[in-house]
Amino acid sequence: MRLMLSRFFALASLATLMFAFGCGSTTSSSSGTAPTGGGSAQNSVALAVDGGPAGIGGIYQDAAFASVTLCVPGTTNCQTIDHVLVDTGSYGLRILKSGSAPLTLPLTQEGTLAECAQFESFFTWGPVMMADVKMAGEVASNVPIQVIGDTDTGFGDIPTACQDSSPGGAADTLQTLGANGLLGVGSFIRDCPACVTSANNQGFYYSCPTASTCTQANVPLAQQVANPVAMFASDNNGVLIQLPAISSSGQATATGTMFFGIGTQSNNALGSATVFQLDEYGDFTTVYNGQSYPGSFLDSGSNGIFFLTTALTGMPDCGGDNTGFYCPAATTPFTTTTEGTTGTSETVAFNAANANTLLSGTNAAFNNLTGDQPTCFVNTTTTGPCFDWGLPFFFGRKVFTAIEGQPTPAGPGPYWAY
Amino acid sequence: MVGLRETSPRSFQLCCIVMLLIVALPAWAALGGDESSIHADQAKMGASVRITRTATHAVHELQTPGGQMIREYVSPSGTVFGIAWQGASKPDLKQLLGDHFEEVQQAMQRRGVKRGPVVINEPDVAFEMGGHMRAFAGRAYLPQLLPPGVQADAIR
Repeated sequence: MRLMLSRFFALASLATLMFAFGCGSTTSSSSGTAPTGGGSAQNSVALAVDGGPAGIGGIYQDAAFASVTLCVPGTTNCQTIDHVLVDTGSYGLRILKSGSAPLTLPLTQEGTLAECAQFESFFTWGPVMMADVKMAGEVASNVPIQVIGDTDTGFGDIPTACQDSSPGGAADTLQTLGANGLLGVGSFIRDCPACVTSANNQGFYYSCPTASTCTQANVPLAQQVANPVAMFASDNNGVLIQLPAISSSGQATATGTMFFGIGTQSNNALGSATVFQLDEYGDFTTVYNGQSYPGSFLDSGSNGIFFLTTALTGMPDCGGDNTGFYCPAATTPFTTTTEGTTGTSETVAFNAANANTLLSGTNAAFNNLTGDQPTCFVNTTTTGPCFDWGLPFFFGRKVFTAIEGQPTPAGPGPYWAY
Repeated sequence: MVGLRETSPRSFQLCCIVMLLIVALPAWAALGGDESSIHADQAKMGASVRITRTATHAVHELQTPGGQMIREYVSPSGTVFGIAWQGASKPDLKQLLGDHFEEVQQAMQRRGVKRGPVVINEPDVAFEMGGHMRAFAGRAYLPQLLPPGVQADAIR
């Protein structure tokens, strides 16, 4: 089932409905003048690898968090939300409803639009709403964001099709998400271009005349949840994530900086970084042991370097609570080469330590936490093992993520540079 | 859907046969089911199908209208022992995993907070999911039902 656009326009009057947000939680609250989020410059915010917000019931290792300020569009009615996961592996801002109190945000021009945003291990369900998104001195005005939470957003009934795509279930609480939101600042601008025309719109977007009657709907790009960086008035061609080098035994916390823009200010110049162009899926190639693994990608939101298989690496999976991580008997070095689609390449070396040992302590930042990644999307007919360069890759590097189609001193994105 | 209309006896007969066939198909199919269960998957997803046969197994390749590619691996005895999928979004995994969906669900709940790929190795089912937003891939298989001469790596 799908709804055509005419149905949306019929619903457009609903767009003036305002949805109120309920209970507050771990956020710092402010009305009036919005705080700037923690960086020292107009175009930078602080990053914290600190184990995650209080209340998640454990330590979220190798996750980088930033604060984001949301405002009712065109007003100074704002809320700063801490511990939003910085994620170069997704596109668009998603905020837990419990973390955005007490803002009242408007729905999109398309009326009651809700989204089932899919991730590898879970989905997020909730309405698409409009907000001004502010970080440091940058503002993305009136952009669609997703508000996550299924109980009191008025979108309580998760469509069956959404639930059936993800045995991992919904990440719609502080405990299941491990963060107050996800800040998708990857190389793409929208989260589902195929949803504009695709026959089943990929199961991502739903029109909801009432909370219990959501049906799959095609959605124009302009109404889709968007990478807010691409919507900034300036410094909008990508981000530079800079995290310090850390000890091989891990650290309790680490702090760094996310700069907005590439080559737009004195603090975000490419310098001597090598540029790796990406394919149409947002991936490049990693070579290991003479074998090429296309479909590889950089993803600050992955909390480890996930690569290949137990057979290809010779390392056992930890099993138990740490299934999916590697547990070598001794720390094991790996040397690889990353390759862009235009042939640029660079050697990348890293270590794989025993994850059971790393995760048994209280440290939150590791540069050697690794796991398996046996199945990746390569192209429309091929899958295979790949390298998912998660947060450990980012320590001790300056990593640029350039957004598709946006001009930079090295040409337009999408690309990574480091 | 079967609509209620005035029908000729002949088309009424046909209609009943079609309805009986629909009732006879297993509601949840695919992994662990027989070859005919693939028709249920195909119907539920509105997919086209292409079948290739090798010496050791058959591969039913389903293409959904939304651009997802699903491959179902069938043993010579007619059991679906593996499934692989890829696309800009995840397919109807409840349909494809059938009776094993809940088992995978429970195994995933036992994992800690982690935003990354999924690797699950239960005694009777393996499940993997990787990639990222706009480019997902995954597979599931029944290790004990792999036909002789077929490695798990063949399922992708």
